[in-house]
Amino acid sequence: MKIGLYICHCGRNIADVVDIKNLIGYFKDKVNVVRDHLFMCSEPAWEMIRSDVTNKLVDRVVIAACSPYNHEKFFRSALETAGLSKYLLEIANIREQCSWVHGKNKREATEKAKRLIEAAISKVKTLKPLDDLRFEVERSVLVIGGGIAGMTASLDLAKMGFKVYLVEKEPSVGGKLIKFDKIFPLNDCASCVVSSLMAEVANNPMIELITYAEVEEVDGSFGNFNVKVRKKQTYVDWEKCIGCGACTTVCPPKAWKPNEFDEGLSKRAAMYIVSPQAVPKKAVHDPELCVNCGKKKLGTRRFLRGGKEYLTPCEKACPTKAIDRSKSWNPEGELLNFNVGAIIVATGYKVMEKETFKEYAPHSPNVITALQFERILSPTGPTGGKVLRLSDGKKPKAISFISCVGSRDVRYHTYCSKVCCLYMLKQARLVKEREPEIDVYIHVIDVRAPGKDLEEYYIEARRMGIGVIRGKVGGIEELPNGRLRILGFDADLGMPVEVEVDLVVLATAIELPEDSKELARKIGVAVDPSGFLKEDHPKLRPVESTLSGIFLAGCCQGPKDVSETVAQAKAAAASVASLLSKEEIKVEPFIAKVNEEACSGCGICENVCPFNAIKVNEVAVVDERSCKGCGICASCPAKAIDIQGYSAESIIAEIDALVG
Amino acid sequence: MKIIAFACQWCAYRSADLAGTLKYEYPSSITIIKVPCSGRVETEFILKALAEGADGVFVAGCPKNECHYRKGNFVAELKTSILSNILPEFGLESSRIAFLEVSSSDAKKFVEFARNFDERVRSLGRNPIRRYSHEKD
Ligand SMILES: Cc1cc2nc3c(=O)[nH]c(=O)nc-3n(C[C@H](O)[C@H](O)[C@H](O)COP(=O)(O)OP(=O)(O)OC[C@H]3O[C@@H](n4cnc5c(N)ncnc54)[C@H](O)[C@@H]3O)c2cc1C
Ligand code: SF4
Ligand code: SF4
Repeated sequence: MKIGLYICHCGRNIADVVDIKNLIGYFKDKVNVVRDHLFMCSEPAWEMIRSDVTNKLVDRVVIAACSPYNHEKFFRSALETAGLSKYLLEIANIREQCSWVHGKNKREATEKAKRLIEAAISKVKTLKPLDDLRFEVERSVLVIGGGIAGMTASLDLAKMGFKVYLVEKEPSVGGKLIKFDKIFPLNDCASCVVSSLMAEVANNPMIELITYAEVEEVDGSFGNFNVKVRKKQTYVDWEKCIGCGACTTVCPPKAWKPNEFDEGLSKRAAMYIVSPQAVPKKAVHDPELCVNCGKKKLGTRRFLRGGKEYLTPCEKACPTKAIDRSKSWNPEGELLNFNVGAIIVATGYKVMEKETFKEYAPHSPNVITALQFERILSPTGPTGGKVLRLSDGKKPKAISFISCVGSRDVRYHTYCSKVCCLYMLKQARLVKEREPEIDVYIHVIDVRAPGKDLEEYYIEARRMGIGVIRGKVGGIEELPNGRLRILGFDADLGMPVEVEVDLVVLATAIELPEDSKELARKIGVAVDPSGFLKEDHPKLRPVESTLSGIFLAGCCQGPKDVSETVAQAKAAAASVASLLSKEEIKVEPFIAKVNEEACSGCGICENVCPFNAIKVNEVAVVDERSCKGCGICASCPAKAIDIQGYSAESIIAEIDALVG
Repeated sequence: MKIIAFACQWCAYRSADLAGTLKYEYPSSITIIKVPCSGRVETEFILKALAEGADGVFVAGCPKNECHYRKGNFVAELKTSILSNILPEFGLESSRIAFLEVSSSDAKKFVEFARNFDERVRSLGRNPIRRYSHEKD
């Protein structure tokens, strides 16, 4: 065994604190080759390591440098190209975990660096020349969420020849955009942008669209995930339903509730179709809302009343007999099971509810969220696109928009929701275009309109006579006549301002939906402190999640506008394609290995494995594709299981070196 | 003073890396061993470290419900807490071992814990095993 030790100065990052000469002297006789370099991650240093390996001076490599998360793969390639197993390498992290945290005491830092390097040397001696695991790739993709992000990614992948399963939890795809009238910066028609995508995903033969469904379980790993999806029960035979909507108008008012599609501003019945543009356009039955007309509960056998078979109003209305309440519908719906090579998560966002903000008179029906106002502006919304307040159906004389409600606020979210300034300007402009006599005020901390065409968009809004008031709004009072008094501050005048208006629109913060957090937990993707799904690296791997084979697109990764959402979705699709277009994929071999002779077949490992990756017949057998190498099973009482790359021998060698 | 920290590769190890990037100081007694998951840490590793003379050992994993292996951190916490209960039978104080849950972005939590743990172990004095073997020497 010939060990080479390569110590990096990292410019002055390491060398200013750790005495490199001292290290070289100390290790000179303990290893076969010691070299240092100003930048070990540079090409000449890489070549130096490679040539030592090629010339058989060393056959195990220890690098004392920065965290393995920075350049481990780069260093491995030096071994690999020299014909050595790339896993005969160990990194001693003497920057992040030494020079950068013990800068005040150089002597102690140097002593600690010695111990870290000794541990790495001890470990490298125990390493085995492992090879990558090679797996066939499943050339199909799961996309979760059918907003513009999920639809764009699905279509791009389908066009490249990949089979796509697009899973949407609502009965229709479309996401938030299908609720909007216009989208900035061009103020083009949102429906025209999205409807064509919705039709395309429904009709593309490479896309299997599964709506009203949720991902229940994901097993396996990159290249071959096994996915279980629950298709919720619709209680309507979708094969027969033609989406005419006849059933949606006959439920008695007792069976109505606030309509989610209109953000609660209208009502929908127990039988409903999500929206006029729904894709697929199919009816859904909501059993929690249903009042069981004629006492005909779901699953009640057919019976006669007045000599004729009794049909509920919905059954009677349906021209195609898609509704049959005598059938025994399974409330659990249907479990679908399929395999995919990669996953794109595109579950979008939700906005905070107004009720959280007691200071902004949330009890008033004339205080609404911006998402609700989108519905008022939309021709498919409760007012048919007319600017009216819903409390009395009258045209407001004045409207105020309040920005940063829950964003840039230490009590809720410190981040900026990024799109609010611009959509407030959009909504204000749409109001002005339709009803120029309405006074419109926007209260902002400052206007954020960075990027192409956006500052111009803001200037145009000002030109149209929209009042932009810089300053935080402290509260809103509801006056006895129903009007609202905004207690604001004008930072330009340096004094408080009060404005009386008829309608207030709150730009509430964008957040990750609660059930997306649950989903993330299930599939093992990390959530970052802002509460959104975490990308692997903000600059270098912005569409990759922290788990290999799982990608992110759209607002589930952070607030962004449509342009950025689409760009990210296309990037995610391209990244997936570049990985899945290979015949096979290579995976790090750090998984469980069973010593069959020692295994007593007790089955404890099978019980503790979180991934069902180990099965005991006579002896334990590891399914290499499912094992993720966590090592929980290695607590085997017979010591029959070890984890490659993190073997008990390796870890104990490290302990000995660090403590001894 | 010698303290061994077993840190999972996803959260704990990265929180320590971030502490480095942010130059948050902590005592050099703390040395980290990278493990795939906190659930990888066998009780034997902890006992071995103490028997060799480590003055303290802590196991650090992802926050609850955020384990990349679903439940590794639960297993790790359970093991450390059981072990700390029986440590006195070996003549060692329970508080020489601990479990930390920390997210990859919470460098501050890692560092505060590291400082406090070092102080706590310092107040107990050196590992009696080491004291004993030194007396013998
Ligand atoms: C009031 C307002 C106005 C805006 N106006 C504009 C504008 O004019 N111009 C602009 O560029 N941007 C605008 N935006 C931003 C824009 O809405 C987003 O950029 C865009 O909608 C993001 O698309 P998405 O696909 O990521 O998310 P979404 O549109 O939220 O779509 C997510 C989809 O995933 C589904 N889903 C969620 N969870 C699950 C799950 N667990 N399983 C399966 N499916 C799930 C949802 O049902 C939904 O269909 C506005 C935002 C707001 C709040
Ligand atoms: S009436 Fe029948 S066909 Fe028409 S939407 Fe309802 S279920 Fe579908
Ligand atoms: S290491 Fe063991 S417990 Fe962990 S995934 Fe593999 S087989 Fe399962």
